[in-house]
Amino acid sequence: MPLVKQGRIITDLFVHVADGAELPGDGAILISAARFLEDPEAILKRAGKTGVIWPNSRAVDDLVPYLERLAAVALVFPTFRDGRAYSQARLLRERHGYDGELRATGQILRDQFVFMTRAGFDAFEVKKDADADAFAETMKRYSVFYQPTGDGRVTALNRRMQLRHSESAGQ
Amino acid sequence: MYAYDELDRTLINERVSEFRDQVKRRLSGELTEDEFKILRLQNGVYLQLHAYMFRVAIPYGTLSSKQLRRLAHVARRYDRGYGHFTTRQNIQFNWIKLAELPDALAELADVGIHAMQTSGNNMRNVTSDQWAGVAPGEVEDPRIWSEILRQHTTLHPEFSFLPRKFKIAITASEHDRAAIKIHDIGLRLHKNADGETGFEVLVGGGLGRTPFIAKTIKPFVHGRDILSYVEAILRVYNQYGRRDNIYKARIKILVHELGIEKFAREVEEEWKLMGDVGLTLDHSAIEEVRSRFSYPAYEKLPHMPDELKQAAADPLFERWRKNSVAPHKVQGYSIVTLSLKPVGGPPGDATADQMDAVADLADKYSFGEIRVGHEQNLALPHVAKRDLPQLWRALDRLGLATPNVNLVTDIIACPGLDYCSLANARSIPIAQELTRRFANHDTADMIGRLHINISGCINACGHHHVGHIGILGVEKNGEEFYQITIGGRADENAQMGVLIGPAVPYAEVADVIEDIVEAYLALRDRPEELFVDTVKRLGVEPFKERVYATR
Ligand code: HEM
Ligand code: SF4
Repeated sequence: MPLVKQGRIITDLFVHVADGAELPGDGAILISAARFLEDPEAILKRAGKTGVIWPNSRAVDDLVPYLERLAAVALVFPTFRDGRAYSQARLLRERHGYDGELRATGQILRDQFVFMTRAGFDAFEVKKDADADAFAETMKRYSVFYQPTGDGRVTALNRRMQLRHSESAGQ
Repeated sequence: MYAYDELDRTLINERVSEFRDQVKRRLSGELTEDEFKILRLQNGVYLQLHAYMFRVAIPYGTLSSKQLRRLAHVARRYDRGYGHFTTRQNIQFNWIKLAELPDALAELADVGIHAMQTSGNNMRNVTSDQWAGVAPGEVEDPRIWSEILRQHTTLHPEFSFLPRKFKIAITASEHDRAAIKIHDIGLRLHKNADGETGFEVLVGGGLGRTPFIAKTIKPFVHGRDILSYVEAILRVYNQYGRRDNIYKARIKILVHELGIEKFAREVEEEWKLMGDVGLTLDHSAIEEVRSRFSYPAYEKLPHMPDELKQAAADPLFERWRKNSVAPHKVQGYSIVTLSLKPVGGPPGDATADQMDAVADLADKYSFGEIRVGHEQNLALPHVAKRDLPQLWRALDRLGLATPNVNLVTDIIACPGLDYCSLANARSIPIAQELTRRFANHDTADMIGRLHINISGCINACGHHHVGHIGILGVEKNGEEFYQITIGGRADENAQMGVLIGPAVPYAEVADVIEDIVEAYLALRDRPEELFVDTVKRLGVEPFKERVYATR
């Protein structure tokens, strides 16, 4: 499954470690929330980055105390019609100030890229190669946005008001 | 009218090109039907019994003549020459080809019409009072707020994949014509003691399998805070709404399971935590949206022009005027309802020729503006009273002057088994039969205001629960049966109807309705007592007796 980050297809440096499996001594790992919460301090002491896969059915509050020490949070879209992770992403980014990698996993198609980046995702485990290839093109699809989100894009309303302001200033 | 600017137009065009790409990927097999289904639903495209059905948004029910002409064109060019106006201020086309849809959308986008979020598990087309901006006594034009919400909810990056569909309706009048109490969120615009404008916010209403009347979650939310408050509600719903069972996924179930107090606390907490995230609407933001609504340059006209006095001699005109013409907030003008319920016709259908003609009449008599109401009728919102006689003659020639608005033949009906793949029974032929039974205007007039609503299945697209008489198609051993409820209503005193007894077979429905109406005529305590009020006073028992005593 290709990983798109910062707009490019890259090699995933994180190793998914299954719940029963032994943790490698170093290197970046991605583990389940359940495993992480068993002993977060021990895991965070490891040499190597830690990423946590957070289920979309659990409030992100429990993850908040560790955010500063996490290198990646992966949120899950079990099917692309289940949009809970959009809310989780915005909360992590906008309310809790998380600035590490925010990865979208599960059923990820090109048709969600714009929504996802607007919600704060910056890494995508994309299901189809063609969709990963089309990332840059897909991101150019929209130039107008109605809602303010943490991505900082200026909304249509604000653009109109700026325009009006500069027009009246120029008079 | 709200004028789309370059930014709104750009966004719709971008959406059309995205959808064009999605259709292409579906046709090439790159997208599976399962993947495509959700994408097409987000653009109002259903796969129906016979073909794709295409649902186009008419935000808060306002159309320009140019837009209506374009809908007529789409009906003619891409469909079979007619469209179907729905209870959600949308229009549906039943025979569109998938490969041609992107072109149809592009032609609509040209005049500022889209089909975004007319379906799917997202925030649907915001609906409002079809008399918004012209109804006497309204707090202010609710369409300003509808438009603010329309923009905010369009392609919302957090709420485009909700547990289920989500509907918001707004009213600013004491008399609720927007049926806000049967919506996921209902907003009632009013002023508080300090004269500030804000909303009573209701949540958790809805029909379908598990009907609920919305409950008030907060009596007053200041206008400037409405976006953040709605966003808080949606965020709680997105996280806690059930996704394991689509029948339990609506917000009404969440509100019911948690209780309104607990749900309100959750929302309140979320709302506080949200803080200032750029959603507060300052005065200039509200004025920016308000400034893009234009209003007609009304003339100073007499309250009772000579033309109207003269025409009053014609009883046919008078009958229509009394039934279809409502007071306007500006003296000398009126609001005219165009009945899409001719005797023997399918409720809400309009031909392309009728749409074109209505557009011409709107240009001539209503400053180019048309409204679509949830009762599946159209309205011309700014008709000078002196023009009423001429307008009536023109409408009569078009078959749009049936004087039955709000009477027993002004029936709301979903498409039912004739078009809908989910239906258990037919709706349209029942409606047609009933309009024939009650075709005599004097009888209908004597009966007075009486709303019959028909749905072909439990999904309640025809709002049967809130019909004064509700008719619900059910299936029994492969045959069409109908459950009858009475006493429902969708206005400010909204209430669900009560079942009167066992379902009756197709062939008996019209007789049963006649029995109920006869019972009402015998039971009402004076001619002014409405059917619903008689039911409220007496309960269902006497009606039940009348219907089942002989069956
Ligand atoms: C022909 C294709 C249609 C399909 C497949 C369809 C499907 C559905 C479904 C599945 C529901 C139940 C959703 C729920 O509450 O859980 C529903 C409800 C509803 N639909 Fe339709 N519908 C169709 C046409 C229409 C039409 C023509 C109208 C308007 C005349 C309409 C307006 C509504 C309304 C008002 C509800 C009630 C929702 C509520 O208040 O909770 N639908 N529809
Ligand atoms: S109520 Fe049922 S039959 Fe009627 S349109 Fe809705 S889903 Fe179809």
